[in-house]
Amino acid sequence: MKKILAVALVLCLVLAVAPMAFADNPVVKIGVFEPQSGDNGAGGKQEILGMQYANQLTPTVDIDGTTYDVELVYADNASANDKAPTAAQSLISSGVSLVLGSYGSGVSIAAGDTFAAAEVPAIGVTCTNPQVTSECEVYFRICFLDPFQGTVLANFAKSELGATKAYCLAKQGDDYSGGLCNYFIDAFGKDACVYEQFPEGTSDFSTYITNAQNQGCDVFFSPVSTEAAAQIIAKADTQALGMPILAGDTWDSNVILNAAKGKDLKICVTTFYQEGADPDFDKGIKEWIKNDTTALANNGGNDELAAVTVMGFDAYYVALEALKAAGSVDPADVLETLPSLEYTGVTGKIAFDDIGDALRDSAFVKTCNTETGAWDFVTVATVG
Amino acid sequence: MDKTILPYLISGVSVGGQYALIAIGYTMVYGILRLINFAHGDVFMVAGLMMVYAAAAMPLSLAIPLVIILTVLLGFTIERVAYRPLRTAPRMSVMISAIGVSYLLQNLALYITGGLNKNYPQIPWISDRVTVLGMETSRVTIITPFLTVFLVVLLVLLINHTKIGMAMRAVSLNFETSQLMGIRINSVISATFIIGTFLAAVGSMLFFTNYPGVVPTSGAMPGLKAFVAAVFGGIGSIPGAVIGAFIIGIAESLIKGLDTILIVNGTITEQIGLATFSDAFTFVLLIIILVFKPTGLFGEKTTDKV
Repeated sequence: MKKILAVALVLCLVLAVAPMAFADNPVVKIGVFEPQSGDNGAGGKQEILGMQYANQLTPTVDIDGTTYDVELVYADNASANDKAPTAAQSLISSGVSLVLGSYGSGVSIAAGDTFAAAEVPAIGVTCTNPQVTSECEVYFRICFLDPFQGTVLANFAKSELGATKAYCLAKQGDDYSGGLCNYFIDAFGKDACVYEQFPEGTSDFSTYITNAQNQGCDVFFSPVSTEAAAQIIAKADTQALGMPILAGDTWDSNVILNAAKGKDLKICVTTFYQEGADPDFDKGIKEWIKNDTTALANNGGNDELAAVTVMGFDAYYVALEALKAAGSVDPADVLETLPSLEYTGVTGKIAFDDIGDALRDSAFVKTCNTETGAWDFVTVATVG
Repeated sequence: MDKTILPYLISGVSVGGQYALIAIGYTMVYGILRLINFAHGDVFMVAGLMMVYAAAAMPLSLAIPLVIILTVLLGFTIERVAYRPLRTAPRMSVMISAIGVSYLLQNLALYITGGLNKNYPQIPWISDRVTVLGMETSRVTIITPFLTVFLVVLLVLLINHTKIGMAMRAVSLNFETSQLMGIRINSVISATFIIGTFLAAVGSMLFFTNYPGVVPTSGAMPGLKAFVAAVFGGIGSIPGAVIGAFIIGIAESLIKGLDTILIVNGTITEQIGLATFSDAFTFVLLIIILVFKPTGLFGEKTTDKV
């Protein structure tokens, strides 16, 4: 009896994973290397939304005269640097032609070697740390970089907010927030900054708020994950922080809007896309999010558009362009065409420099309207 | 009181109170079963998640008691399903079972929430902003330590002056003998889990009102710190766990602010990055206490007869 039960269970498992149907067109696989859980789960899911929407609009691609169905293959890197290589390996094993992602620079840096070893090209969507591309031959990216973003934020803090002393808070061992804080400090002036790091798993941010107040800072810079951000916002409100909060692209998220709604706070962020820049696109994707319950849940329960979603959308089309230009689904061919690729997406013109970084020179600055719970446009910032 | 240090002390006492409520669960279960219930921190997280969903579906006056009841039920069920069948098994098996329950709860929560941060509902009145001694904070920060002490006094009274309390003391003294004396072991153990999870549920309300974001791993760090507090105070001793929790909470908070305190009073002029070591401190403390006084501050001294 036990043996029969065991056999039945094994059969169930095998049947569950066996492919259900065979598609008519050949399939080209694009790997989606994104966090779907952990600190950056919310952001990763929003980035995937853009790719899914694009995939739904353009489900096929013509490569060298043959029409291929595009299949998105997902791997959850769980926002953890130690899990990233395994997730990357699983994508490579499933035979993807190229990879998109990840949200969060740390996991992208951690997975770089795995992609490089397999010579599978990866296109970073919103990972802004320079090391992602500089340390890895096969990594490209379509967004701006932290040195640029940090400088923009520092300039904004000085000129627009009139700040003279900044409190910078990063997560310990986190490449994104640590890197961005360093570039901010470089641009703002080392002596005028207080820099602190909080350990993994911290939920009590009240002491850091007190530190900022006690040291007489007049801007609170904390480009940390949205999970920590929600805690910081709550504490900033109850402790009457009394200075504007500044953050990078990560904070351009519904999580922030939901957390800040009805609070007496000023929050400014830099980001990749401002809603309204392409009204037709906005309308289409919002319609799709509203009518798809899973998409709606992954977007935090409303149709507020995050810039990372738009970047995910553009990334998908960059991937298709690369496949078309390569004329093959072989990762090596795709890798060869990427450096010379050009594409104009919703977020602007995308082209790569020698290192594989996008040539971008402007960022949007937005502020959180705590009454309506939406982002208000402030300015377009450029450097140099 | 110095205005620079005061906010750190208040937040430390509040954090300590929350750790204390969780630590009692660890220490009571250990006292009776000699089991470190690793799932305790996750029960705490599940209580938070249940509150998120309950508050969305019904008024808070209904949601709060319901969540407490459901959490208690969860604690009871865990003991029934995962620990009771292993009563005669070696202690290690029960501990592994506890680790299994911990992962099960975390992954269930991951599955249900999709790994996203859930915003904890605002409980009116206790989450209001108040001004105490010239500093702004939320009311819950002030209430937490008092509520903790109140619940602990109640618990100590229960243990010292009721029949079930006497049974608990007997069982913790000697498992087999108390069984021979006619004490129903199973119901005493169930009662222990019920009390432990009740306190964890209350703790989760105070904690998440203060730090409103629930993720599947929310219970891990507070659980671990509370466990350290329980060991520090002498595992098995309730007053020990509470005092240990307050010491750890206050010390952590002060270390996080130490740089600023020293800069403000002029001892140092540059940031030296002490805040980074707040967690390290907690765990170094655990090592030191285990090396020099394994029974903790108030731990009972037992001699094993061979």
